[in-house]
Amino acid sequence: MKTNDLILQTATKLILFLIVLFSIYIFFAGHYTPGGGFVGGLLTSGAILLLLLAFDLKMVQNILPFNYLYMVALGLLFAIGTGAGALLFNTPFLTHAFGDIHLPVLGELHLHTATLFDLGVYLVVVGVTMTIIQTIGGDE
Amino acid sequence: MINFLILPILIPLITGVLLIFANKSIKLQRWIAGLSAFLTVIVAALLVQKVRNDGVQTLNLSNWDAPFGITLVSDMFSALLVLTTSIVALACVIYSFKGIGEDREKFHYYSAVNFLIVGVNGAFTTGDIFNLFVFFEVMLMSSYVLIILGGTKIQLRESIKYILVNVISSALFVISIAYLYSVVGTLNIAHISVRLSEISGVSQPGIITVLGVLFLIVFGLKGAIFPLYFWLPGSYYAPPAPVMALFGALLTKVGVYSITRTYSMFFYQESGFIQQLLIILAILTVIAGIIGALAYWDVKKIVIYNIIVAVGVILFGVATMNIDALTGSVFYLIHDMIIKAALFLLVGLMAAIAGTSNLRSMGGMIKRYPGLGWTFFLAALALSGIPPLSGFVGKLLIVQGGFSSEHYWGAAIVLISSLLVLISIMKIFINGIWGKPRSFETENSVPYRKLMIAPVMLVVLSIFYGVGADFVYPYISQAAETLTNANIYIDAVLKE
Repeated sequence: MKTNDLILQTATKLILFLIVLFSIYIFFAGHYTPGGGFVGGLLTSGAILLLLLAFDLKMVQNILPFNYLYMVALGLLFAIGTGAGALLFNTPFLTHAFGDIHLPVLGELHLHTATLFDLGVYLVVVGVTMTIIQTIGGDE
Repeated sequence: MINFLILPILIPLITGVLLIFANKSIKLQRWIAGLSAFLTVIVAALLVQKVRNDGVQTLNLSNWDAPFGITLVSDMFSALLVLTTSIVALACVIYSFKGIGEDREKFHYYSAVNFLIVGVNGAFTTGDIFNLFVFFEVMLMSSYVLIILGGTKIQLRESIKYILVNVISSALFVISIAYLYSVVGTLNIAHISVRLSEISGVSQPGIITVLGVLFLIVFGLKGAIFPLYFWLPGSYYAPPAPVMALFGALLTKVGVYSITRTYSMFFYQESGFIQQLLIILAILTVIAGIIGALAYWDVKKIVIYNIIVAVGVILFGVATMNIDALTGSVFYLIHDMIIKAALFLLVGLMAAIAGTSNLRSMGGMIKRYPGLGWTFFLAALALSGIPPLSGFVGKLLIVQGGFSSEHYWGAAIVLISSLLVLISIMKIFINGIWGKPRSFETENSVPYRKLMIAPVMLVVLSIFYGVGADFVYPYISQAAETLTNANIYIDAVLKE
């Protein structure tokens, strides 16, 4: 039986971008305010999951041709690399650094290495969630 | 370099991640895994020497000061265990090159092994009780992967039990930590020790006993002590030889280490109930292990039950809380990790040659494989503690400590157990290696010489460990000294 999912598909095309944008906002809300890599990653995987529900596995794999296992590994490299960067400055592992930088267009920026760590977390969360969903979903 | 003590954790971690990218080329994976395991051994050996020269090493992660952040602590006890773990890991990785099969290697086998080492080394190094739980989880998560990788019928059946037992015990672990936290209000092991000694004098010493028993149950499940070892013989039987060696040599020892650490830091000032309990359980563990080891006619099962015997012997030494016995326990713990890994690899090799692990259908291997036969013979003697091999010194000290602290029954049972261990392991030698030569259908497909490298390496090391006991002794006694005197550890962490 062919189900009619026109409403779902049309709505998804719009909502998908809203969720992804919101997840990026949440990601940059970062370590002082509620947000960060974990929640951001979950939201992004939620968006991809919605895409999966509205369309099918094959199409999503065409749009996003990532190897999610490599994405997990890349995220781990980011996270460990941020921690291990402290070794170069002979400070304890995981010590973070931050500073204010003035950029011509963007103005005053408060930059923190925790963002790099969070980027790692983000990639790991998206990678792991999508690996799990694809493995279960791809199973006939 | 203040970060030195984290390197034995960091190197396997980075390696594990890099290996995920390298999953296409098995050759590249072997090179990366082998080199990093070798590098970890070197770093761990340097760490032991550093602790020997400069005393207890600490590292406050993220630069948060001691009781507030997470602290990593390397005293001699943990540094020695980290070194032994790295050596065992190196041997298992070398064995895996030819012994695990390409199917498993393609599916991130080496990554899982590296993450397992991260968990084990981390658990040995951490100075924070909640962080200990986290490293337990890292270790368990990788062990779930390793136990199920390959997906044979027996693996699928046993992994369900294994995961169920460990999930329950992890939940209990968090509950116990929460309970401890609500009593003392801190998670740093050194700080907990200070707080506990404050409250034990004033009021409610009973609550410390409750906490002690709770932790004993949690770690007893991982470390396989008497009533809680039921899951071990089945689960460890399922995976292939190198994984079995990793599990048998490392995982239960993390449980034993945790019992030793918490017992020597938290509960030494308790009324004596926990000590009695631990002694009784240790003796029962020895007896239960012996019965299993003597009863089975399956080579893997015999060695698996010998793990349980060793856990009992080590814990008996710890429980007497006597400097001799503690030194013996540390000595025996390290010996046992090396020799159990060697035995599992040898037994795995025998099973691979014979095509079965049933002792009744083996026999006469020494005719075609003299190297295997004599290596096994040496390992068997070392296991049961024949002088001058490595099991002897440890057991001697444990028994001596048992007698001098007037636990005559316990010490006597430990003594008798060595004899019975010898019988159980000689059963393999007499029936499997001695006897009338048979020919096996599967033997020609086994790359015998290449598989012998790792067990020979471990057995040689174990012989040096026994013969060179004089050289090793100062390190061991420094480890035991920290265990008997919690203040060394506390002062190093809290810098008072």
